[in-house]
Amino acid sequence: MTGWTRIEGRATALPVENIDTDQLIPARFMSTPRSEGYGDFLLYDMRHGDDGQPDPEFALNRPEAKGARILITRRNFGAGSSREAAVYALVDAGIQVVIAPSFGDIFSSNAINNGLLPARLDAEVVEVLLAACAVDLTVDLESLMITGPGVSFAFELDPVWRQKLINGWDDIDLTLAHADEIAAFAEDRKERAPWVWPAPVQG
Amino acid sequence: MTPRTMLDKLWDSHEILTREDGASLLWVDRHFVHEGSHHAFAKIAERGMKVRHPELTFGVADHYVPTHGTAASPDIARMIRTLSENTARHGIELFGVGDPRQGIVHVSGPEQGVTLPGLLIVCGDSHTATHGALGAYSFGIGATEVAHVLATQTIWQNKPRRMRLAVEGELAPGVGAKDIALNWISLLGADGARGHAIEYTGSAVRGLSVEGRLTLCNLSIEGGARSGMVPPDEVTLAWIKGRPYAPSGAQWARACDSFLALAPDAGAEYDREATLDAAEIAPIVTWGTSPEEALPITGRVPDPARARTEAEAKRISDSLDYMGLKPGQSLTDTQVDQIFIGSCTNGRIEDLRSAAAVLRGRKAVVPGLISPGSAQIKQQAEAEGLDKIFTEAGLEWVDSGCSMCVGMNGDLVAAGKRCASTTNRNFRGRQGKGARTHLMSPAMAAAAAVTGHLTDARPLLEGRL
Ligand code: SF4
Repeated sequence: MTGWTRIEGRATALPVENIDTDQLIPARFMSTPRSEGYGDFLLYDMRHGDDGQPDPEFALNRPEAKGARILITRRNFGAGSSREAAVYALVDAGIQVVIAPSFGDIFSSNAINNGLLPARLDAEVVEVLLAACAVDLTVDLESLMITGPGVSFAFELDPVWRQKLINGWDDIDLTLAHADEIAAFAEDRKERAPWVWPAPVQG
Repeated sequence: MTPRTMLDKLWDSHEILTREDGASLLWVDRHFVHEGSHHAFAKIAERGMKVRHPELTFGVADHYVPTHGTAASPDIARMIRTLSENTARHGIELFGVGDPRQGIVHVSGPEQGVTLPGLLIVCGDSHTATHGALGAYSFGIGATEVAHVLATQTIWQNKPRRMRLAVEGELAPGVGAKDIALNWISLLGADGARGHAIEYTGSAVRGLSVEGRLTLCNLSIEGGARSGMVPPDEVTLAWIKGRPYAPSGAQWARACDSFLALAPDAGAEYDREATLDAAEIAPIVTWGTSPEEALPITGRVPDPARARTEAEAKRISDSLDYMGLKPGQSLTDTQVDQIFIGSCTNGRIEDLRSAAAVLRGRKAVVPGLISPGSAQIKQQAEAEGLDKIFTEAGLEWVDSGCSMCVGMNGDLVAAGKRCASTTNRNFRGRQGKGARTHLMSPAMAAAAAVTGHLTDARPLLEGRL
């Protein structure tokens, strides 16, 4: 994963509360290998009519949403399942930032692990941005500011997550640098709580 | 020493180190994988890595498992096969299809004694909070994190805030753990406990069986909390003792002391506290497309015209639209097309017993599927004759798996059909494209089967509890 500090791009509005992971990617698409790309699965059932054709009225299908990199939506975005495929669908569709008043916790960690920023703003501010869409915005991780024509808002982001997005860290490498401490901890754990290592069950 | 909460104790005993920026590296005692873990296995294969501690990792086939004999499609069969191949390749114990230990991961883990108090447990599944019912610190993670745990047996985390949720008093007959959970979620919102780890306490929680506590902790994520837990007590110990992977012999007594010591210290401080009065909790059903959209069965569907904000009005009218309901209609006037009893929320033996208490000697007027949470529960239910009660009522008794909770194995609710379901998510399309889901307890789903509409189970249970 490569890091980033600043994104400039088109923001598009999806003024809906509680967009959960099952809507972001319906379960039936989840057996697909990632290499095939998940972008077409994004919000599949919302984007398509009962006849299976793309619904031209749906926010993300409108011409002004084309090429959008920022999605602005209402509270509790990404609630539900731990399926990281929900993040793959957004990222593969070109989205790099989602702005909302609140996010599902697991969704947020998954997002960070894939370079997608879940930017939290107060509900009133989100409403202002929604009303201004489609609009070009700049999102800056150094200053934690979102700016657009005549508007500028500070957003909240956990400092650990901010660092991770900027550096594009791969946690596995970072962790393996601590291999000795981990091994020592495991030995100690075994002593204090030997039952953590279950005895093989007689079959 | 400052008094510590249960989360503090669990956190302290798993923290290997803290990074400058505040993130902690935690030791993982147990890792469960299932068919959906294929992305993570692919990630470590890409890097040519091995599973660091296969002996602490357990595989369970559940999400795609057929409940009617054979896999519904080649794609589904492939998902199950991939799990077998990945676990075999890395020397991971698998509770696979046909194994008597198979079941839904959050049912089989506790049942086999793989889940124990004091453990840090992760799984690539959001309902991992379930295991907290036994006093574990457990939470769901995504595929990148699953790969990290496979490779290192550790996970980076920021400490969540501490929340104490007390349920005091006595539950009325016919009211259970599912009702407690949907009650607090409807009050605080589906994001109400976001960023918090919940410690459930109070006399009503202590009064719950382990099965009830598992249901309660299972639903933590539906209120936004990544984990939920109940301090271990004598009820917990009695439940765990003798399970296949639980400590035994001389180790048992030592383990018990350590388990009981997990209870929060007197005077421990929480970032947030909430209290519910158990006596005020009624059987509850969801009417919308988020678990927060729930009301007592005696209530009426809300009217968007009375919403406080425009966003809320839109949410309510969107939900009513999708669910095919009219503002202000009585919940009990809602006809259902089918029922489903099962899942990691309500597929345990007590759940089946409570559904059977309603169904005994009665006929269902709509079709329905009953899938036990594990192969062992299936066996036990059959030994108790519950399967006969279900089939004589006209319902289908099938094998164990996630089944209609998520529809991955092909057990789907058709578009536009309405299902009274004991699962945990009424999201749009969760049980199938266009499916309409009402969440409720097993007794309530059984009652809906008998009447054909959403129904208060209490009168049907009178004299039967
Ligand atoms: S039963 Fe449902 S919620 Fe539970 S693990 Fe399976 S799919 Fe997830």
